[in-house]
Amino acid sequence: MIMNGAQIAIETLIEQGVTDVFGYPGGQVLNIYDALYCASDRLRHILTAHEQGAAHAADGYARVTGKVGVVIATSGPGATNLVTGIATAMLDSVPMVAITGNVPTYLIGRDGFQEVDITGVTMPITKHNYFVTKVEDLAETIRDAFRIAKSGRPGPVLIDIPKDVQEAECEYTYAAPYDPIRFAQASEALISEAADMINSAVRPYIYIGGGAAREGLSREIIALADKIDGYIGSSLMGLSLIPNSHVRFLGMQGMHGRYASSRGAKEADVIIAIGVRFSDRAIGDVKQYSKNAKIIQLDGDIAEINKNVSVDIGIVGDITSALLKMTELCEEKKHPNWKKKIETYREYGKAIGAEMEKNAGDTLTPKKILDVINNGKNDNTVIVTDVGQHQMWTAQYARFERPRRLATSGGLGTMGYGMGAAIGAYIAEDERPILITGDGSFGMNMTELATAVTYNIPMIIVIMNNGVLGMVRQWQTLFYDKHYSSTVLDRKTDFVKIAEAFGARGERVDSAESFKAAFERAVSYSGPYLIDAAIGMDEFVLPMLPPGAKMEDIITEDFSSSDVSSDDENEKDGAE
Amino acid sequence: MRSVISVYVENKYGVLARVAGLFMRRGFNIDSLTVSETEDSRYSRITITMDGDENSREQLISQLTKLQNVRSVKLLGGDSTVEREIMLIKVKNTPENRSEIMAATEIYRAKIIDYTTDAMCVEVTGEPSKIKAFIEVMKPIGIVEMCRTGVVALDRGANVLEK
Repeated sequence: MIMNGAQIAIETLIEQGVTDVFGYPGGQVLNIYDALYCASDRLRHILTAHEQGAAHAADGYARVTGKVGVVIATSGPGATNLVTGIATAMLDSVPMVAITGNVPTYLIGRDGFQEVDITGVTMPITKHNYFVTKVEDLAETIRDAFRIAKSGRPGPVLIDIPKDVQEAECEYTYAAPYDPIRFAQASEALISEAADMINSAVRPYIYIGGGAAREGLSREIIALADKIDGYIGSSLMGLSLIPNSHVRFLGMQGMHGRYASSRGAKEADVIIAIGVRFSDRAIGDVKQYSKNAKIIQLDGDIAEINKNVSVDIGIVGDITSALLKMTELCEEKKHPNWKKKIETYREYGKAIGAEMEKNAGDTLTPKKILDVINNGKNDNTVIVTDVGQHQMWTAQYARFERPRRLATSGGLGTMGYGMGAAIGAYIAEDERPILITGDGSFGMNMTELATAVTYNIPMIIVIMNNGVLGMVRQWQTLFYDKHYSSTVLDRKTDFVKIAEAFGARGERVDSAESFKAAFERAVSYSGPYLIDAAIGMDEFVLPMLPPGAKMEDIITEDFSSSDVSSDDENEKDGAE
Repeated sequence: MRSVISVYVENKYGVLARVAGLFMRRGFNIDSLTVSETEDSRYSRITITMDGDENSREQLISQLTKLQNVRSVKLLGGDSTVEREIMLIKVKNTPENRSEIMAATEIYRAKIIDYTTDAMCVEVTGEPSKIKAFIEVMKPIGIVEMCRTGVVALDRGANVLEK
């Protein structure tokens, strides 16, 4: 059938199984929006308030479903507004296709109105990108983009389509979507070498990340842990893969990880790293990281092997089959001493937490907020966060029972990610998401409340409001002599009125009891509901492993009211 | 450590920018980079010489392999590789140094390709070490300007890059 480029683009999206797209119209995508209008019965378009929100929505949609998220924006500022969203997806390996319009080909390079070289801009933050110059290439380019976005290690792909290409006509023929290309099988010799290494270990620790979470390897990883009597720790991106209720799961490790998990990684004699990239936030000092342990790394992406940490065995290829084979070759083991040690670390970690809560008394703390949320949500609820202290508290205290129930910007650390992502998560699943955010992060993209109201999205927005940029402030307290440079917000923003002005509901709470009551009201409300929860500005994310520090340097006490340097000795004692 | 890496790429929009961008973004140091057509017009061949330890070389090769337009990457170098580079070098032409330049040109099997009363341009072809040696000889004479193509390299014998 003869169609114009815009129609071909939309038909190809539908052909790829896309049912929802996020975006914002503009001059150079008028044709695409015209084609969308005509295809609105087959393809739903979600109009956001800002292109960045649309990109994060496509990202959230992709994270909870595993499908490719799609976002459309116009040329120039529309395209550049996507940049943060694309980079967020890139750093967390989220499959996304971004379509942008551009000025007609005969105007390219002349700095026409709203022209920007978006393929140049996004080259380092996309898995691949395209500038389409002929309508005949368009359908195949889009098909390729989907294949690339979801193959191997997923990521964002951008397609820039000049306006005259959208207008030009050519023959379109339907084609079935390409199957994503999976990683090749890993080397059996290395797998068996790894199994030998595990068999001779007595303190095995499994470290899981986004690569494992994406493959949904919960049962497989637990089976390995059971067989070798090992424990499981996670990066931020690996959270929600293993149920928090599982006895082998120690939670997140790293800078703000759970004590038992970070300590477990330090004391282990073998670490089996699955789908992780050894981010500096997860491992602390690269040279010190588990230097007494042998490290086995399983990853699909060859460039991850030895990138940040030198490993003893790097197994490259399909991690699912490699993991199954490795488990088969591992011997059934019991390590009672290891178990005892882990239990001690757990108890110590719990004691730190209990002490903090005791000191807090009746005041509303992040832990109390998360307790209410954990009790009030169901296993299928998606928790979305922004970035900062609230994100780390969520990573520490939120309890997940099923995979893909956490959407958070791990790699890029994008403040303002949450509103868009929560909208995307809801559009994907029709299930009420809970956004946990901070007053700083929420301020960045709160304009997406408009979208949440328009589409009547029953999301619960919990703002942990401490009136400061808490994470940066925490660093200033600890490492910058309490020079609170630009981190005390002292704004007069009334978030409840803001919610109401957008057409949502909101209330402000300042105690555990009132938070619980507010949360119940939010759960029974049919639209977006904002809870502005006041917490103390000196709440710290603890424990904390300072950047580049060794495990011995872990900070487990609240130093906001005392002098850090004089407490050095206690710190060390506490950690031993 | 100096390495020579051959990259077989699709002859498409932006490929050179992608490869060069990778070097910049990941902090690798390139000594030279050449791009040229191949026997198949759909593909180009990029030859890169770089300096760096084994780890960064492996990282670079892995990262290059991940680029969508890259078909294959191969580490060349050593006895199994032939390497050549061309240099054009312009030196001052004076009665005092004329014979020395001509003698060096002869010995290095180079060619004088331009001759005026005040300057000579010499074309030197060879391995980078030979080029370097010729530059050393010319330095005291007075180099006006010079230009090098960068290394091109192929495997000896019937070995080819996987395509």
